[in-house]
Amino acid sequence: MADEGNKVVDALRETGFFKPKKMYDGGKVIVGIIILFALVAFPFLYNVGKAAKAPEPEIDTPAIKKLSKAERVCVEPRPYMKVNHMKLLTDWRDQVVRQAKRDYVGFTKKTYTMSLQNTCLECHSNYDNFCNRCHTYSGITPHCWTCHVNKPKEWAAGKLKEEK
Amino acid sequence: MGFNLACYFSLFAVIVLVLVPFVGAAAGWHVIFGIVIPYLAGFIFLAGLIYRIVKWARTPVPYRIPTTCGQNRSLPWIRRSLRDKLENPENTIHVIGRMALEVLFFRSLFRNLRTELRPWREYPEGGRLLYWSTKWLWIGAIAFHYSFLVVLSRHLKFFTEPVPFFVPFVESVDSFFQIYVPAVYMSGIVLLAALIYLLVRRIADPKLHYLSLAADYFPLFLILGIGISGVLMRYFFKVDIVAVKQLAVALVTFHPTVPEGIGVIFYIHLFLVSTLLAYFPSSKLVHMAGIFFSMTRNMAGNNRAIRHINPWEYPVRVFSYMDQENMFRKQMKAAGIPLEKDTEE
Ligand code: HEC
Ligand code: HEC
Ligand code: HEC
Ligand code: HEM
Repeated sequence: MADEGNKVVDALRETGFFKPKKMYDGGKVIVGIIILFALVAFPFLYNVGKAAKAPEPEIDTPAIKKLSKAERVCVEPRPYMKVNHMKLLTDWRDQVVRQAKRDYVGFTKKTYTMSLQNTCLECHSNYDNFCNRCHTYSGITPHCWTCHVNKPKEWAAGKLKEEK
Repeated sequence: MGFNLACYFSLFAVIVLVLVPFVGAAAGWHVIFGIVIPYLAGFIFLAGLIYRIVKWARTPVPYRIPTTCGQNRSLPWIRRSLRDKLENPENTIHVIGRMALEVLFFRSLFRNLRTELRPWREYPEGGRLLYWSTKWLWIGAIAFHYSFLVVLSRHLKFFTEPVPFFVPFVESVDSFFQIYVPAVYMSGIVLLAALIYLLVRRIADPKLHYLSLAADYFPLFLILGIGISGVLMRYFFKVDIVAVKQLAVALVTFHPTVPEGIGVIFYIHLFLVSTLLAYFPSSKLVHMAGIFFSMTRNMAGNNRAIRHINPWEYPVRVFSYMDQENMFRKQMKAAGIPLEKDTEE
């Protein structure tokens, strides 16, 4: 039996079965490979010639400039804020809305009123050059601004009425 | 329900794959886990897939395989509906239609049947053989593949600067219900649910359990590991996304850097993804490319209209009657068999 099998294999080998020379339907296969390559290479090609620059949120708002050098810090340490500010915000919201607590003690023992518009955006009044710098870079669109206002001063002055 | 060695082995392998970057990133080998391994994995993925494709394309297919589930093209007065044309295509356009249904909607899987002997009152001595359509596997597969696609397309936000227009759109649809902060993406949850279903299916069904190999469990555990680490990273153990994006953009612009302060969980996620990429071409997952080489799907059933030549060997070597007579003339003559050509040479 093994011999019979070997004979078949030998015969196939003679016909060149094990040594295929070309691709069948080569044109279509190459189109397929090009599509695969284009899909994989998309992020590479998309970024060609662009320098990868990290966003630089600006912290030179009037409210922050008024603070003394030593006080020029956020509610929590900067590395924590960078990564966890959205957690902090929901924590604030839950405390305000569900427990009617409005005072928050920061890491410097300073007390803040827990409010998105009146505290965060008081210091960071430059929404477009601060929050949005990072968010646009990271492709994030927080859905808070259907209810809250991200430019409270302009809103209060009636400048934003027409804008969405 | 029960585990077998293949299942334990795969689970154990994925646990080791989680521990490697856990230890490595803690030891400060960020360059290895953030740059070297991802590049290597990406290269193996692309080169391996192309190697596979070229190898498949060079394998001769001896004959057409007609499918018999639709009316083949024959006499002009025999009606063929669109369904027949897609089931039994006669030309490339119909083949593309059949292929698209297969790739986009998993049509063959949709026709999945279940065969079972059921106790039946009219057949008291045995059961009645029943066939019925089961869509569970199809639903699980569709849910898994499409959620994977959506998750992957959303990940483009890490690799592109500026982010292309469709990514925020996909994100806003995906986080439609605006639950939790950061907003929960449905696709991530569906991905995990579908993976758990596909895994439980293999473990809970004794027949499937018997059939399943480590090569079946490992990809499921691996992708589950990727999904779980991703979900943990997004909702619980936050990492610095701006730094992650710097790393990712640096990778695709070939200016690799590793920014400081990305949490270990990111390196676990990335290492599992790298493993998946490197494993892909030599695993069953390569059906991503293989489906296009599926002979019962990619060939027109036009055997009766067009002559197809077996590419193995043409012209075919034949041994005709005259060859036989030439070879055995002497013996045939001795036995008194009539000959076509009675020459004495
Ligand atoms: C007292 C003014 C003040 C308030 C109130 C404040 N911040 Fe800040 N924030 C700062 C300053 C100053 C920095 C820069 C800190 C540093 O350099 O150490 C900063 C830094 C940050 C950073 C990090 C930016 C980066 O590039 O690393 C984030 C994110 C941030 N703040 C978000 C918030 C959010 C969200 C709130 C509301 C919960 C808030 N801040 C409230 C003053 C403030
Ligand atoms: C250092 C860059 C940076 C700055 C500055 C920053 N953010 Fe963010 N923010 C992020 C990143 C990155 C995420 C996404 C995190 C994730 O998906 O894990 C995010 C997410 C959020 C989310 C949750 C979005 C969601 O998906 O639900 C909110 C809300 C938010 N930021 C509010 C703010 C506000 C308000 C400010 C300004 C006071 C601000 N952020 C400033 C980087 C930044
Ligand atoms: C459906 C509308 C709506 C959306 C969307 C919304 N909020 Fe609010 N938010 C409210 C209301 C109403 C209050 C109650 C205000 C109060 O009692 O002072 C509130 C209160 C808060 C508070 C505490 C009070 C204050 O003045 O800020 C925080 C913090 C907060 N929201 C954060 C967020 C964040 C972060 C988002 C986006 C992820 C968000 N909210 C999205 C309606 C909304
Ligand atoms: C096979 C490919 C991958 C799969 C299946 C996958 C899967 C996931 C999933 C399910 C999540 C949870 C959040 C969501 O639903 O989007 C996630 C998050 C994440 N993934 Fe991946 N991932 C893959 C590749 C990558 C790669 C290559 C990177 C490297 C940049 C990466 C980085 C991240 C980060 C940083 C998060 C957290 C997202 C956030 O906080 O918004 N992933 N991933």
